Amino acid sequence: MDLLNYAFMQRALIAAVLVGITAPAIGIYLVQRRQPLMGDGIGHVAMTGVGLGFLLHASPVWMATAVSALGSVLMELIRWYGKTRGDIALAMLFYGGMAGGVMFVNLAPGGSNANLTSYLFGSLSTVSPSDITAITVLAAFVVVVTLGLRRQLFAVSQDEEFARVTGLPVRALNLLIAVTAAVTVTVAMRVVGLILVSALMVVPVAAAQQLSRSFAVTFAIAVALGVGVAVSGTITSYYQDVPPGATIVLLTIAAFVAFTALATPLARRRARAAAAAHPAGDPAECTIPAMRGTGEEIGV
Amino acid sequence: MTSGPSEPVIALRGVTAELGARPVLRGIDLTVGRGEVVALLGANGSGKSTAIRTIIGQVPVSGGTIELFGTPRRAFRAWARVGYVPQRTTAAGGVPATVTEVVSSGRLSRTRFGVFRRADRAAVRRALELVGMADRARDSVNALSGGQHQRVLIARALVAEPELLIMDEPMAGVDLASQEVLARTLREQVVAGTTVLLVLHELGPLEPLIDRAVVLRDGCVLHDGPPPHAVGQHALPGHDHVHPHAPADTEPVRTGLLS
Repeated sequence: MDLLNYAFMQRALIAAVLVGITAPAIGIYLVQRRQPLMGDGIGHVAMTGVGLGFLLHASPVWMATAVSALGSVLMELIRWYGKTRGDIALAMLFYGGMAGGVMFVNLAPGGSNANLTSYLFGSLSTVSPSDITAITVLAAFVVVVTLGLRRQLFAVSQDEEFARVTGLPVRALNLLIAVTAAVTVTVAMRVVGLILVSALMVVPVAAAQQLSRSFAVTFAIAVALGVGVAVSGTITSYYQDVPPGATIVLLTIAAFVAFTALATPLARRRARAAAAAHPAGDPAECTIPAMRGTGEEIGV
Repeated sequence: MTSGPSEPVIALRGVTAELGARPVLRGIDLTVGRGEVVALLGANGSGKSTAIRTIIGQVPVSGGTIELFGTPRRAFRAWARVGYVPQRTTAAGGVPATVTEVVSSGRLSRTRFGVFRRADRAAVRRALELVGMADRARDSVNALSGGQHQRVLIARALVAEPELLIMDEPMAGVDLASQEVLARTLREQVVAGTTVLLVLHELGPLEPLIDRAVVLRDGCVLHDGPPPHAVGQHALPGHDHVHPHAPADTEPVRTGLLS
């Protein structure tokens, strides 16, 4: 493992592990409430933050965190008070965010689109020691929220209307999910890149679903897979000299295909086990509407 | 958190609500007393579901007052006293979840910061036994039939051991076997003193339990009194009692529920 002799690779691997944990950990709630592309939208908005960081000589990671958190709150507000069509408003936000990023980077002294590339597609060599500090702090926040509040976030993402009647602060929790997703985007930005970050939030969860029946197991498999592909993608990227983000995402999709192929025989085995457990099988349940059918036609 | 014996559990006075610009409730008065079982009937679009959803705060009201257990709804915090079954055809979300996981979310109102203790886990098992789903506890909700989904949603409402059950069409899309399980479950709750307000499209097997029926039409209360007593097909709201061989001048008896 000669790659561990290089400080930049140590940092890249630390970042990869943190990305592998956090992206599926928040992504599972986005998938659960059927908004899997929210991470994609936040990624676009984060570009404005990166651009502002260059322009104002501030840390692009912290700037992207601030701007994408703001953008995610705005998306959540659009969802509540959707006066204009929600999807149109979101489109404005996505493209506005992207255009803002390109504009600010080019306004920065000596800036050009080349500065953006490492943020868009991820890069191993550019993860600085100060980035690692920021990424670690942000990842800790994501883990505390997604694990500590898992029952509350599960309830809100499963059935918002019902969650309201259990007395949960539904709006506050929705905002928390949005901000946590934004934070995760900036955690993942340095290694995976803003364009591909959403894939690592969604695809491990989709792959895990193929094998599991419960939320808890889906969560565990998705995080394990996330760490696995992030680390192996980073190592592959070092030896083959290919971009880490693309390598990680392609590995994740390969895992999804493999899990899907495994799912059918697994489901058959489970069905056989269930049939053995209940030899008589379930009572036949037909959806017959009550009180209908007999009697009524006779009088006619 | 005490309320006098005479105090209604639910009290709506002159409640109005709009969806978009369209008025859906035009001044509803509705009271449900302790231990009562009240059915909210009416055609599609009459405002029954909206009325229920104003009570739980999902739809904002534009006028009138709503009280739960004598407390204005905005100030009401004792949500563990309320069990809610929303109108759903599925209990599933975008990620697989077991029956236990879904039902457990109904227990959050009884926990501190969502930390589950032994009593909470026992309550989940008990709720699943009540609806006859204990043997499916570890199965994914995706693998259930329509009737079983509804049983899971009702177990999720019962797991907090509520004093008031609010149900929006709990029998929609439910097969006969599950309807009977649900009717039995509900009977046990009513015998134990639970107050029930439920939206129904047809009285069906729940008919013997219902003390009072409130019929809505176009966002107004059309009828508030004993439920229409009839049997079989004739019990269906909206059933126009037409006898083709009856004298031609006889007006059909229209309940006015379906128009």
